[in-house]
Amino acid sequence: MSGTLMPLAYLVAAACFVLSLRWLSHPTTARRGVKTGELGMLLAVAATLVHFEIVDYRSIAVAIVAGVALGVPLGLLVPMTAVPQRTALSHAFGALAATLVGVAEFYLHRPRISSTTMIALGLEVVLGSLTVTGSLIAAGKLQGIVRDRPWVFRGQNVVNLSVLGIALVFVGLLVLDPGTPLAFPLVIAASLLFGVLLVIRIGGADMPTVISLLNGFAGLSASMMGFVLDSNLLIVAGALDGSSGLVLSIVMCRAMNRSFANVLLGGFGVEQHAAGGVEQRPVHSVDPEETAFLLDAARSVVIVPGYGMAAAQAQHKVRELSDALRVRGVDVKFAIHPVAGRMPGHMNVLLAEANVPYDQLYDLDHINGEFPQTDVVLVVGANDVVNPAAETDPASPIYGMPILEVGAAAAIVVVKRSMRSGFAGVENELFFLAKTQMLFGDAKAVIGEVVDELSRLPVRTPVG
Amino acid sequence: MSDSLETGLFIFMLASFLGYALITRVPGLLHTPLMSLTNALSAISIVGALILAGSGERTFATVLGAIAVFASTTNIVSGFLITDRMLKMFHRERPAGEAHGGSR
Repeated sequence: MSGTLMPLAYLVAAACFVLSLRWLSHPTTARRGVKTGELGMLLAVAATLVHFEIVDYRSIAVAIVAGVALGVPLGLLVPMTAVPQRTALSHAFGALAATLVGVAEFYLHRPRISSTTMIALGLEVVLGSLTVTGSLIAAGKLQGIVRDRPWVFRGQNVVNLSVLGIALVFVGLLVLDPGTPLAFPLVIAASLLFGVLLVIRIGGADMPTVISLLNGFAGLSASMMGFVLDSNLLIVAGALDGSSGLVLSIVMCRAMNRSFANVLLGGFGVEQHAAGGVEQRPVHSVDPEETAFLLDAARSVVIVPGYGMAAAQAQHKVRELSDALRVRGVDVKFAIHPVAGRMPGHMNVLLAEANVPYDQLYDLDHINGEFPQTDVVLVVGANDVVNPAAETDPASPIYGMPILEVGAAAAIVVVKRSMRSGFAGVENELFFLAKTQMLFGDAKAVIGEVVDELSRLPVRTPVG
Repeated sequence: MSDSLETGLFIFMLASFLGYALITRVPGLLHTPLMSLTNALSAISIVGALILAGSGERTFATVLGAIAVFASTTNIVSGFLITDRMLKMFHRERPAGEAHGGSR
């Protein structure tokens, strides 16, 4: 019976996964997508558990109970600001599962492993291992346990590529002879090391690309496991996850006008940071009260959030400000750059958490045409994504990156902790414009003050 | 073996293109939930881990399989839960008078 039922259950599960992603394309159907994915997963797990090869359920039961015990708090209690590190951690877990299964398969069947299976098995453990350590480092950086600044040393690219090369050469030897002594542990060791080397050189602003890439690697590793175990369901689910990660990393790279090679091999900005000019140029500083006046007098305001908003956990205050302005008849929109924050969609989730309706959120293509008609742009903790040097200065490291063209607005207020340059280490000419005013301080605190000041101002009677 | 390899490669190729087509339709608004959902879905590798952990063949295979089951279960449970938690927060300004409001 299980002979025909199991493939059928797997087939339905694969269909559920496809529908799940299909429905995720719109916020109104997205939750249905999650339900469908859960159904597919339940079906596949149930069908596997009644599988005839399973004779011992004790260790499975313990593992599942432990997994649920950790998964429930990770799913329900992690705050939205910590979603990037949770995501990185889950890539590490997924890749760990694929790697361990690969290791067990190798030692169970060696040396009678066909060369095609060995290729898939080799790729599974290489991609899996490097994703485990890479994602752990990424999670550590995002959580602030590991230093966020890129760690760069001389000859880094040569070292990194050699380590990856060693892993692949030993995979090649194993394909020729799966009995090659020590080759398999060396493949794993080199891949684990490569994962560390790959991510320690990545700085915070490049995290969206790297997290996406690790997502893709974890998926591909699961897909390779499908080849090893002859499971079409695994091949499909892994390929879906893999293409998702790759599409997202392409989107992120395009949003920075950079190539994969440039993100992964180029130590970005650190040199310029050290050599940066020390000239002190005057900026126009403004206080919360003046900001409140300026915003109150505006008819249209665009808020540009960046990582600084997430770091200061200012999203709720930003939402209060937006509400206060709307009550006063000001049109408020949010402009979201694809690489603002530490992972794809980071700003959208934070603003949704703060209860900002998603129809007030505009992406790059839909907001850039509106800046010339905008009275005030409020930049909250964003820097490189609004830097005009990306359009005007061919020598700038961020030249060519599509930016939010906030300079076209009538006035700009920049909420910033200090005059420190952004991740790319380049000065931002925007801050020195005559129509730009700097509101220095912690984003959460100063925006709270602006909201308070605003509440003291009399509400204008709308001109009818 | 070569027969199933060919089928597998075909399925891999088609699923990759399907994935590309599906993912490019997901708006930037939902990229974070997308990542946590695909992460939960790819924890389908639990299927391989279950067979390994339950095969009763060798102790090391049972142990490695059980750890893999643990890691996958964590991803499945937390991935689906947090995706739904995030999606619950996305709402429009006006429910637009649709039959299913869903917003709070």
